[in-house]
Amino acid sequence: MAQTESAQSDTPKADRAIITIIGADRVGIIAGISAVLAEANVNILDISQSVIREFFTMIMMVDLAGAAVSFHALHERLMRKGEELAVRVEIQREEIFKAMHRI
Amino acid sequence: MRHLNFSGEEILETINMVRTEQLDIRTITVGISLLDCVSDSCQGLCRNIYDKVERITRDLRRVSAEIAEEFGLPIINNRIAVTPISLIAGRSTPAELLRIAETLDRAAHAVDVDFIGGFSTSVEKGMTQVDANLFAAIPEALAATKRVCASVNVGSTRAGLNMDAIADIGRIIKRTAELTRAESSIGCAKLVVFCNAVEDNPFMAGAFHGASEAEWAVNVGVSGPGVVLRAIKAAGDVDFGTLAAIIRRTAFKITRAGELVGRTAAARLGLPFGIVDLSLAPTPAEGDSVARILEEIGLERVGTHGSTAALALLNDAVKKGGAMASSYVGGLSGAFIPLSEDAGMIEAAERGSVTIDKLEAMTAVCSVGLDMIAIPGDTPAETIAAIIADEAAIGMINKKTTAVRLIPAAGKRVGDSVDFGGLLGRAPVIPVNTNSSRRLISRGGRIPSPLQALIN
Repeated sequence: MAQTESAQSDTPKADRAIITIIGADRVGIIAGISAVLAEANVNILDISQSVIREFFTMIMMVDLAGAAVSFHALHERLMRKGEELAVRVEIQREEIFKAMHRI
Repeated sequence: MRHLNFSGEEILETINMVRTEQLDIRTITVGISLLDCVSDSCQGLCRNIYDKVERITRDLRRVSAEIAEEFGLPIINNRIAVTPISLIAGRSTPAELLRIAETLDRAAHAVDVDFIGGFSTSVEKGMTQVDANLFAAIPEALAATKRVCASVNVGSTRAGLNMDAIADIGRIIKRTAELTRAESSIGCAKLVVFCNAVEDNPFMAGAFHGASEAEWAVNVGVSGPGVVLRAIKAAGDVDFGTLAAIIRRTAFKITRAGELVGRTAAARLGLPFGIVDLSLAPTPAEGDSVARILEEIGLERVGTHGSTAALALLNDAVKKGGAMASSYVGGLSGAFIPLSEDAGMIEAAERGSVTIDKLEAMTAVCSVGLDMIAIPGDTPAETIAAIIADEAAIGMINKKTTAVRLIPAAGKRVGDSVDFGGLLGRAPVIPVNTNSSRRLISRGGRIPSPLQALIN
């Protein structure tokens, strides 16, 4: 995972997004999602996983700056992969969380 | 965890608000000034209107879909508000005004927005010839078009109530109901009668782009009764201070999401951002109901004693949370109680728990007014005018916006119901007081402005 100095900054970057994967834990989720991201040249900045409200939840922060495909195309590919893996996948630009949860 | 600035709880909260609590951006409404469309011919005026509306909003649908996808936040409606047509129609005859309405409808259709508001005028102090012509054109305009919304401002705290205009509008509502009889009198659902109308309201049917507005603006209406309901349900039997704090916090988050969407949409459309309207606007979907919030606050059923107090608390807490979240809060901003668009309200009306009198009382403490209420088709025009006068009086005296959107459903009686489909919902026909108000309405003239007006 690439590290940058600006990571401590609270300011969201317009090119960062959060991917949330919710469902039953199983082999191959990280591998499957990561493969979609690698193919689209999307860098994973951070991953965390935990059980929140009884659901296995994996959260990824990704950098879309170098993405080879549009947001729409990436969204479609992630949805397809999610269906294959039987998990729910969401991808949202980081700003929405900043707006709702930070003053 | 150097990069992830948010906790899993926070991220899931946002996702759940959308997926299970029906949080959405209710509308992105692009306001457009048509003042520069004025022409010496009706043909020229219509061409200018069509060209400008189409040019400014042709990318609206695409931009809106992109933003919804990128933020994971549904955007339900895309709409347009234009300068009140009375200000640009000059010497137009009623027939020419009908052509203007049809032009607006075509433009809205071309850019695929569901409503275009602004077939409007302000007559609180008196009527000009063009106002009278616009009034005359309203029933045909609403019957002949699908997407055009009309509104008239008949009173204000500064000017009082124009009772002549109110008498006229009672007849216009009846005629509109008759002309759209085959479609459950749906024309009336596209006509709002205001007191103290606001110029930047993004919500239909009362949206228009006021004369004091800039060339254009992107205004956003957020919603989320379901989110508020879930939050106060989770809190249980807390006291009012805690309840108000929960509602405030929730309204804050919803408003911030709305402002982000509005600013992003404005930037991508190359237009200035206007305001966020932080109204809690229900939809007929179960769980997306303002009535259910009031019931969760502690009413067995909405409409019973205590409803007005519960609504006052809700409305004020929503405003306080929203006002902290955005520098540019505008529009109507508060809680809406449209009867046909709220599953809890429909149920309460069907069981006789909520009456038109109780709704009137509730509108004194919320935005906006007697909204989407179906009444018997044989209700006299004078009674409709008197209902409007009562509501406008509440707005005038309390220095607030009030509105009336009544549907005297042609051919229907108490106990029947009318179905408009979609967001407009389904309304049970509820009774009105059958004692006559004819003498009051036939007096004519104006109810003078109240003493609050003379503060200079």
